[in-house]
Amino acid sequence: MSNHLVQYICGIADNSLILGQRLGELCGHGPSLETDIALTNISLDLFGQVRSYFQYAAELQGDQSSEDTFAFLRKEQEYRNVLLVEQPNTDFAYIIGRQFLFDVYHQLFLEQLQSSSDQTLAAIAKKSLKEVTYHVRFSSDWVIRLGDGTEESHNRMSAAIEDLWIFTEELFSCTELEKEMSNSALGVDVSLLREAYLNRVHAVLNEATIAIPDVKYFQKGGKQGIHSEHMGYILTEMQYMQRTFPNITW
Amino acid sequence: MKNWPLWEVFIRSKNGLEHRHAGSLHASDAKMALENARDVYTRRLEGVSIWVVPSAQITASNPEHNGEMFEPAADKAYRHPTFYILPDELKHM
Repeated sequence: MSNHLVQYICGIADNSLILGQRLGELCGHGPSLETDIALTNISLDLFGQVRSYFQYAAELQGDQSSEDTFAFLRKEQEYRNVLLVEQPNTDFAYIIGRQFLFDVYHQLFLEQLQSSSDQTLAAIAKKSLKEVTYHVRFSSDWVIRLGDGTEESHNRMSAAIEDLWIFTEELFSCTELEKEMSNSALGVDVSLLREAYLNRVHAVLNEATIAIPDVKYFQKGGKQGIHSEHMGYILTEMQYMQRTFPNITW
Repeated sequence: MKNWPLWEVFIRSKNGLEHRHAGSLHASDAKMALENARDVYTRRLEGVSIWVVPSAQITASNPEHNGEMFEPAADKAYRHPTFYILPDELKHM
């Protein structure tokens, strides 16, 4: 059970890890000073959560593992993040779209995880929820501003939502591990979050005057460790220092 | 971004009694200004309350007039409440 719990924790943390990494790429490259700091702040929030999760996982695993080995030394197929967070920083609309579509899920997920029978997970969820509540506010506001903005911003925001929509269903498909965890009150049954998610997302998209995409086939595989081509590039950059200089410390 | 107005940001710290000027930033409207101020000026817990004001709404005194505006107050000791002893309970008046 303990090993399953470690895997489950990794699945949760990996989403924040990869999304945090994507946002970190924007450091110094944001469209304005204020948005640059806002997005990298979100990145730091996410990394903070990841540290809590991985420190707990390392403790549970009980061997030589540390938060760093979890973060930097696993192989590509051992990461269990969803495909959505791997998507690139194509333009500001994509960055905001990816953030928004994840944030609404993340908030709903943490609201449930707070009730986990595992005290540590519940505590991490409770603390993270304050940060994520702000993330939702930030990304929703921008979706509305860009969507209900100029002709160009509307077109770009619509294109981003249209392209990223195929990655949303994966958030709600329960793996065997997730089912096992939710049955023992440790984890969350994500399939139950779909309806609330769609309601909240539709409300924002309507205000942003963006059409709800009509998608029949959804992409998935991230939760099984089968990632898009982007993952290789992300990990190459993220793991470079740790792999080049093993056991490097500050 | 080119035509976003400038806003002045005032922050009250956790133990403070008044909002102090922290700096300025650009934003398209008041709601964004508040969130930008939160992101830029409170990330190290500098404060727990934010005021944002469009810079154009602030009327400032002209430094060239400092002479007539402020120097006369320098030598009027009788205007200061220093000639009687305040009880301890009133120290923060």
